[in-house]
Amino acid sequence: MDQWPWETKGLIAKELPVKYMLLIYGAEEAWTDEERKQCYLDSTQLTHELNAKGQYLGAGPLHPVATATSVRVRDGKRLVTDGPFAETREQLGGYFLIEAKDLDEALGIAARIPGAKKGTVEVRPMLELPNLPQVQ
Amino acid sequence: MDVKGVVEELYKSDSRRVLATLIRLLGDFDLAEEALHEAFAAAVEQWPSEGVPENPRAWLVSTGRFRAIDALRRKSREATLPPDLPGNKKDGLFCSSEELEDDRLRLIFTCCHPAIEPPTQVALTLREVCDLTTEEIAGAFLTTPATIAQRIVRGKQKIRDARIPYKVPDAAELPDRLDSVLKIIYLVFNAGYSELRPDLSEEAIRLGRLVLQLLPDPEVLGLVALMLFQESRRTARTSPEGDIILLEDQDRARWDRAKIAEGAELSVRAGTAGYYAIQAAIAGVHASGVSDWARIVALYDRLLDVYPTPVVALNRAVAIAMRDGPAAGLAEVDELMDELPDYYLAHASRADFLRRLGRKDEARAAYQKALDLAKHEPERRFLEKRIRELF
Repeated sequence: MDQWPWETKGLIAKELPVKYMLLIYGAEEAWTDEERKQCYLDSTQLTHELNAKGQYLGAGPLHPVATATSVRVRDGKRLVTDGPFAETREQLGGYFLIEAKDLDEALGIAARIPGAKKGTVEVRPMLELPNLPQVQ
Repeated sequence: MDVKGVVEELYKSDSRRVLATLIRLLGDFDLAEEALHEAFAAAVEQWPSEGVPENPRAWLVSTGRFRAIDALRRKSREATLPPDLPGNKKDGLFCSSEELEDDRLRLIFTCCHPAIEPPTQVALTLREVCDLTTEEIAGAFLTTPATIAQRIVRGKQKIRDARIPYKVPDAAELPDRLDSVLKIIYLVFNAGYSELRPDLSEEAIRLGRLVLQLLPDPEVLGLVALMLFQESRRTARTSPEGDIILLEDQDRARWDRAKIAEGAELSVRAGTAGYYAIQAAIAGVHASGVSDWARIVALYDRLLDVYPTPVVALNRAVAIAMRDGPAAGLAEVDELMDELPDYYLAHASRADFLRRLGRKDEARAAYQKALDLAKHEPERRFLEKRIRELF
């Protein structure tokens, strides 16, 4: 491999779609059970629309942060602790993994995620590594 | 003119246009900048013997593009490049002047994309669109060239890695996106308001005219009119010693009539619906030489509807004081003080009304409070003078 793919300059890169991870943050207590149910329905609807356009790679809500467990390895020793990576008021609650032609298109999709109405959706371009296995 | 002179002139007038098009064709800022320099170097080399081409701009674009692709081919293996590169067809795709002008607009919208933080938007715009050096930008914003250079590098990285598109936004997004472009232009203008960097105000007006030429929206008309009205008073609003001269005390013979006439023409076309259009209309009333305070208050009422902030309310209070007397102005300002406790102009306005009402002790205290908050020397000298006059 002469070049890492992310070093490929404009000319070639700009023609290829990019993968974006859309991370949904929010306060867990901001949702009523009813709202949460509706959120799951609307999100499912959105995944199907994306899939029809070939832009869907994955999505899913996470169980509440109370179920989180963190692992660190220091000096070869495994440390397991209860709780998330960082204690914050707003937590990672779910994600969408999509393909888009540019940031504007990704932002348009992010704005349609139900979680954006109460929390924040962070849009991150994915760095593509070569030679990863293809999931069918 | 010799060929070298022609190339230099062309660099001044057209390098940003050529760059904007190369960024579209090559899809990368750094590649395009290298290509731009290659193209001008080739012109210096080839034009003396071959003659200046009929369409030098198109020549520079196609030479720059060709050299960039050639360099890429040499760097990576030919096989890794797709056979049909964008812009490969020889149909004069990049020669139409309409396309070239659109590229300039694409460049501005990309540099001012909301996914880039505002200080970086300013730095990128001044560097890429206006061709200011990092030293010049640093000087204007009181920071170091290293900081500006780092912002520009990070900005370009974000454009590339997050894939910020190189395009004029769709109609649905345009109002919001235009708003951020106009905000940056006005910020550049205000950075040039002081005597330190008058060229930045000119640069901002030039940018405004460019956007206007391509996108004659009422708010763009309003912003350009507003800047022209303010710029028309540049030499009249400070004394040779650098002291502030208030509008009513300015020597009107020193106002730039041509700028006022152009501003008035644009302001009429802008109407009085938008944020910049209304401010231009207010500036236009002042520039007419007779400040019609009833009209100005009415315009501030509209501005407060569109943009309800305490600073706009303060300006409206000052206009009310001019129309109805200082007591009316004082009543309005007193309502606002809780919202503007640290804004020196709020205290200075209050002080002015108290002074005109003959309430000397209170006026002095208010001027002192304003002086404690004022940061710029000319403002401080103005306030100190007022305090002295009250003894």
